[in-house]
Amino acid sequence: MTHLFFILTVALYSCATIAYLACLQRTSVPLTRWAARLLSAGFSAHLLSTIHLASKLKYLPLTNTQESLSFFSLVIIGCFIIFERKYKVTTLGSFIAPIGLMMLLASSSLHDKTHLLHPVLQSNWFWFHALMAFASYACFTIAAGVAVMYLMQRYFLKKKHFGGLFQKLPSLDTMDEISYRCLTIGFPLLTIAIISGSIWSEKAVGSYWIWDPKQTWSLIIWIIYAALLHGRLTIGWRGKRAAMLSIIGFIVVLFTFLAMKHSIVW
Amino acid sequence: MNIIVVGLSHKTASVEIREKAAFSPNQIEKPLGELIKLEGIIEGVIVSTCNRVEIYATTRDIAGGIARIKRFMAEFHHLPFEALEPHLYSYHAEAAIRHVFRVASSLDSMVVGEPQILGQIKTSYGYAAEFKSSGIILNRFLHKAFSVAKRVRTETKIASSAVSVAFAAVELAKKILGDLSDKTVMLIGAGEMCELAAKHFLNSGAKGVMVTNRTFERAERLADEFGGEAVPFETLFDHLHRADIVLSSTGAPHCIIGPKDAVDVIKRRRFKPIFFIDIAVPRDIDPRVDDVEHAYLFTVDHLQDIVQANLAQRSLEAEKAEEIIDQEIGQFYKWLSTLEVTPTIVALRNRFDEIRRAEVEKTITAWKGMPPDAEKRLEALTMAIMNKLLHAPTSALKQSGQGGRVDLYVDALRQLFELEALQKDTEELELEE
Repeated sequence: MTHLFFILTVALYSCATIAYLACLQRTSVPLTRWAARLLSAGFSAHLLSTIHLASKLKYLPLTNTQESLSFFSLVIIGCFIIFERKYKVTTLGSFIAPIGLMMLLASSSLHDKTHLLHPVLQSNWFWFHALMAFASYACFTIAAGVAVMYLMQRYFLKKKHFGGLFQKLPSLDTMDEISYRCLTIGFPLLTIAIISGSIWSEKAVGSYWIWDPKQTWSLIIWIIYAALLHGRLTIGWRGKRAAMLSIIGFIVVLFTFLAMKHSIVW
Repeated sequence: MNIIVVGLSHKTASVEIREKAAFSPNQIEKPLGELIKLEGIIEGVIVSTCNRVEIYATTRDIAGGIARIKRFMAEFHHLPFEALEPHLYSYHAEAAIRHVFRVASSLDSMVVGEPQILGQIKTSYGYAAEFKSSGIILNRFLHKAFSVAKRVRTETKIASSAVSVAFAAVELAKKILGDLSDKTVMLIGAGEMCELAAKHFLNSGAKGVMVTNRTFERAERLADEFGGEAVPFETLFDHLHRADIVLSSTGAPHCIIGPKDAVDVIKRRRFKPIFFIDIAVPRDIDPRVDDVEHAYLFTVDHLQDIVQANLAQRSLEAEKAEEIIDQEIGQFYKWLSTLEVTPTIVALRNRFDEIRRAEVEKTITAWKGMPPDAEKRLEALTMAIMNKLLHAPTSALKQSGQGGRVDLYVDALRQLFELEALQKDTEELELEE
């Protein structure tokens, strides 16, 4: 059952990705609508698949890389759907949908064993911590997608290339606003995630901070985004510099997510 | 029934001719009244704009109808027919439908895609509907034309891109600044183009205007006109940071805004982007300003490039629009041709019945010693004959709707059986609808 929903999700995400990429090529209201519908349908299937798996395992499926990647993809797409509703930026989908799809495909290519749940993970603090972390990472992913679009649009404006993609991309102002919004939501979530994570650490190993690689890198991520937000709020950092930093932040997030393991569990 | 179009446009006539042939919208009742009194003309709509004067009408007699409308246009304006005739074009049947659909969709406009024409046709139709010169066919026809135009607008990008320099500037500003409703425009110097662009910005919702000029009185005058604020030229740099959009067109021999000034302004704006348009020759704004982060400088040449690209884009989109129109013509033409089937059948039947009754009547009056049930029998007999005779042509006519030979059959029946009451029947049909 989980498998069936999973395959359906992959199929729907693939179709949505193709539709969103086609949106870059041509303007068509029906095409835009279908891209959004396909993605929403894919998200629903993904959600059902995840819920089904969770009810089978009796815990949230994010304890190994395979499960986490799928969950990350789910949260990113969910986050994007909310942002698209609010800001009506179809082009963002052309950047985000492929990321979601690739994470899902990467997840399906892995065959991690679903081991028995480690006793230290059986803590509400852990689940809360993980959910907050995923939500903040999803916000940062959207911010990075917008940052890439911003840099492209800025390039077109400076080089005076007024082609099709220039017409498609939203205004600098809109992208600035979206990335700011991502930051103001993502950063507090990350903060909560780190705090709840250290509480969990205290419960599990008796120390709030043990300098394991995951914790250390999370702190680095926190510092990057804190700098970005601080620059924005105090001296009005925006544009190219903010976009670059946002992309760097995302790369670090990905690196931390994929390469760093909790020494507590593994 | 046929739809005919007679008219002239910017493609066939100069402004002088178009002016003389135009119908004033304030006194449209008179020509509309005269139009539908013309022999053979059943319904009529007059569209008169500065780029075109067109008459849409329905008639049974295509050639005669077109000739009479042409003559009417000349006579109404007291123009010599020979002088007007070479500028007039005329269409009938499918070509007429295509023409009106194209005009309404702004494919025949001077600037393809400009939106005014649809509104103008709607207004013209409004007059015709008010004065009852349009009837069932033109009503349906023009409503169809409006919906086709709407489809073209929503399904193609024909009207979505700017094709004037001033409008291109607005579009570009939106790509940088997003919503313009909280943005301020600053005019440096006064030039026609600058003023035009400023008007476009205000129409697009810009919040306010600042005007500066070497002669302060001129700045004040212009500021008054826009409901804006005049700024002394010497204090330009005290106010520049408040502007999001800067339009410059002074006659200064050298640049008045350099990269250093731009860096300053950006800082005071807390790195919010600023959009410069330099319309002056020689330049007012140093080209190096564009290298400053958050400053975006464009010249008239850049804007021209956009306009050119958009025009090319429009002609591509126009092809898509033609496809849409092709589809819609088919549908409408089918409706138009089947429109006459029922009235023709009714008229044919009435004609037969008339003859039958007359003959039965004659027989009864002449028949001495007629048996009591003879009248009933005669009725039944003649009815049976009539129904049998009518069966084949009636079903042929009903089916001809699919084959597209309706006109042929309707015309043949009309002439062979001298059916003339069609017009009345069409009116009855209209009442039923």
